[in-house]
Amino acid sequence: MPEQRTAEERTDPVEELGTFLRRSREQIAQRWADAALFRTVFTVSRDEAVEAGRAVVEALAAVAAAGRLEDAEADGFAVVREQLARTAHSRARTGATLAQISAEMDALRPPVNDLLLDELSEAPAQHLRECTTALTVLMGTLRLVMMETAMSAGQELINRQRLELLEIATPVIKLWEGIVAVPLIGTLDSARSQVVMETLLDAVVEQHARIAILDITGVPTVDSLVAQHLMKTVAAARLMGAECIVSGIRPAIAQTIVHLGIDLSSVLTRASLADALAYALQQQGAHIVPAPAGEPE
Amino acid sequence: MTGPAAFPHEGHVPVLRLGEVLLVTLQGDLYDSTAERLRQDIGQTVSDSAVEVSGVVIDLSGVEVVDSFMGRVLSDVAAMTRLLAAQTVVAGMRPAVAITLVELGLTLPGLRTALTTEDALRLLGAEVSVPSRDGRPRGERP
Repeated sequence: MPEQRTAEERTDPVEELGTFLRRSREQIAQRWADAALFRTVFTVSRDEAVEAGRAVVEALAAVAAAGRLEDAEADGFAVVREQLARTAHSRARTGATLAQISAEMDALRPPVNDLLLDELSEAPAQHLRECTTALTVLMGTLRLVMMETAMSAGQELINRQRLELLEIATPVIKLWEGIVAVPLIGTLDSARSQVVMETLLDAVVEQHARIAILDITGVPTVDSLVAQHLMKTVAAARLMGAECIVSGIRPAIAQTIVHLGIDLSSVLTRASLADALAYALQQQGAHIVPAPAGEPE
Repeated sequence: MTGPAAFPHEGHVPVLRLGEVLLVTLQGDLYDSTAERLRQDIGQTVSDSAVEVSGVVIDLSGVEVVDSFMGRVLSDVAAMTRLLAAQTVVAGMRPAVAITLVELGLTLPGLRTALTTEDALRLLGAEVSVPSRDGRPRGERP
């Protein structure tokens, strides 16, 4: 017995953890299949959950064998990354928050810890402690991998939606022959104002518009950056031979612009879109007169 | 842009005369030498003409790329023709070119612009109080 004990003492706890995981793969997978995370994702058959659990344990064992407990980029995780992403995705779809998923991941550790304690009941306390610490670190890394995949999936979705928003949020409307308008709604940032500028200038060419109206009624705040974007758009439209009118400056925004000391004197402004249209029609030489009473239209 | 000057005629831009208006059509890539020569040619033609020149129209619809030098030349030509009692109108600038000039900080404040060459001619006709072909006021479409 003393001989065996010294042999055990000499084994590296990380290596020991790796062999333990590989050996008790089946038991861990069975226990995990009953854990909330696997049970809620693999609702169809328990075998599937066991299979998934087995793959994750296998990956953990590989990472432990490679001695890279804290490395979320370790090769061992690559195999299960997609599976983890799928798991996280299906949990997120059922309305679980990231924190919930994280808690469920954490719940996977105690069963493994119990098995490990049973297995090493004979080992000295020091060795046992090192082994459980190694397991905690490893499970922590697994959780990190899981969160990373879950968040990158969310980020992708956000990026795609942002692009879509850019496209749908800048319609160019033809108000009259030679008059186009862009109603701006929401906050203007550099990317958006770039898109606005490009679509507006393209519309000027396409519609042969001599007057372009930028309506900022739906823009909640105007700071110096937004004002600069507006002035750039106006200047570019002017270079192309179109006149640009900025309309819909609300009193609060007018006050802000004056307070900030932004000089918009080079920009033609009108209070409302209607005023801008009236001015534009006048410039075009068109007049709107009310139909005489009693005459058919 | 500096570029090929192998053939002497290559950097040449024709300056056409339409009554009292000079029409310059720029196409393709513009090299510094072309721009420089253009500046001289326009000045020469305006001052040499037997009939008084009332305006210069520079058509940029065939130009895809400009640089800051070209922007400078445009505003120089405008300032120069104004001294010779004529107006310069830049016509048909493309969106990409306009954005480039604005991003370079060249908003060319003194320069007149028009959507097309036709608009530019109409603008000049109305400006110098010569009745346009059909006597219609500026801006109205046929």
